[in-house]
Amino acid sequence: MIAIIDYKAGNSTSVENACKKMNISSRLVQTPDELAQASGIILPGVGSARATMDSLRELGITDSLSELVLNKRVPFLGICVGLQVLFEHSEEDDTDCLGWFKGRVRQFDRSKVRVPQIGWNRVDWRQSNAVNSGSADGNYFYFVNSYYVVPEDESIIMAVTDYGGEFVSMVASGNIYASQFHIEKSGTAGLKLLKNFADLEENAKC
Amino acid sequence: MLTKRLIACFDVINNMVTKASQFQNNIDIERVETVAERVYDMQIDEIVFYDIKASAEKRGIDLDMVKRVARLVFIPFTVGGGIKTISDMYSVLKAGAEKISVDSMAVRNPDIINEGAKAFGSQCIVLSMQVKNVGVSEKIPSGYEIAIDGARVFTGMDAVEWAKRGESLGAGEIVVNSIDNDGTHGGYDLDITGKICRAVKIPVIASGGAGKPEHLYDVFTKTEATAGIISSMLYSTRLPRNYSVEELKEYLLGRGVNMRPMVR
Repeated sequence: MIAIIDYKAGNSTSVENACKKMNISSRLVQTPDELAQASGIILPGVGSARATMDSLRELGITDSLSELVLNKRVPFLGICVGLQVLFEHSEEDDTDCLGWFKGRVRQFDRSKVRVPQIGWNRVDWRQSNAVNSGSADGNYFYFVNSYYVVPEDESIIMAVTDYGGEFVSMVASGNIYASQFHIEKSGTAGLKLLKNFADLEENAKC
Repeated sequence: MLTKRLIACFDVINNMVTKASQFQNNIDIERVETVAERVYDMQIDEIVFYDIKASAEKRGIDLDMVKRVARLVFIPFTVGGGIKTISDMYSVLKAGAEKISVDSMAVRNPDIINEGAKAFGSQCIVLSMQVKNVGVSEKIPSGYEIAIDGARVFTGMDAVEWAKRGESLGAGEIVVNSIDNDGTHGGYDLDITGKICRAVKIPVIASGGAGKPEHLYDVFTKTEATAGIISSMLYSTRLPRNYSVEELKEYLLGRGVNMRPMVR
């Protein structure tokens, strides 16, 4: 069973709908106890890094989330702000984040591009793994973001995209996957990644 | 590079999609879910629904409709009509919509843009504007005035000034809906769309008047609009012919406009 973290600022409903569409067994969770039972975890995200961190802290879920993902190596998928909060710090409202990955979250340059970036953009894979298996290079996914991640460790870069310059659109490291684009809102291309992630969790259970 | 978007926009009355010309004479088309699922299968890039009677009937948006649509389509969709408070916005987002469109209500209470952007992020707040060409004057320097309440009430506000104010209050996108061109199928109003694109740094969506693929080409090459709303072209019986999303995308891609290609 995949746990979708259901916090105030998130769009957990959309992720749950996408899981249902792909026959993925999932549940919205709000407590550390519920989270502990999950064989995979999805952290959805819309809105701001600050609101997301505040919501997660309000639920009292950050410590158990880090424990499950970093130590128990439960498969994890972060989406949009759910990617950004994995880094140390976000420029957005000067927010300290979870810090699973070294690096920062920066704002797009307003003098070069319209901010937020809203729409479908091309994703070029830098890694091939179980989650993007069967997904062609140059697939298009739906983005809504004003900020992007800058990882210190380039080996975690799974995909890049161009918006007034190249930025990191997905990262992967061990059991952790996280995309800047909205997997749950990218039509069949996104649903395929979601299914691949769920299959990963199925595999881990066997 | 970010692609240009084709957005299907539907006016809804009692769960039925309807089509009006210049904001009048609505005719029923089909059930919302049927239309939503069909355009999703056609690979439209985005969907917008306006619950057009919610405001007039002083009721909230039909949340069950939002939930039903959210279970069927896996692309972003925006909902507008009858949203007055932050709590209304929260309900619509929780029901599964990505964005909230505010229009007349934002003119009456501009702070809602700011409050919504703070609570949910700018990307959730779409400022939709009804604009009419009234000629350049001292009070209306752009020549376009903002109307509200189904284009029935004129506000004395300049369209470009309102767009800039909306941006500074925290709107994430602006829809420029031409009252003059709506339902005419004669093309978007490139003049005001271009003016607003130059005045703001957030994405601008052109709306009102698209009847042929050429109209999309014009708005994407002659203005910086990042999206075009199409609805009549997809299904209106008032047009000599309708177009599929695939036809429109192939036409635009063939002429060098950057679009999301069809997924085979």
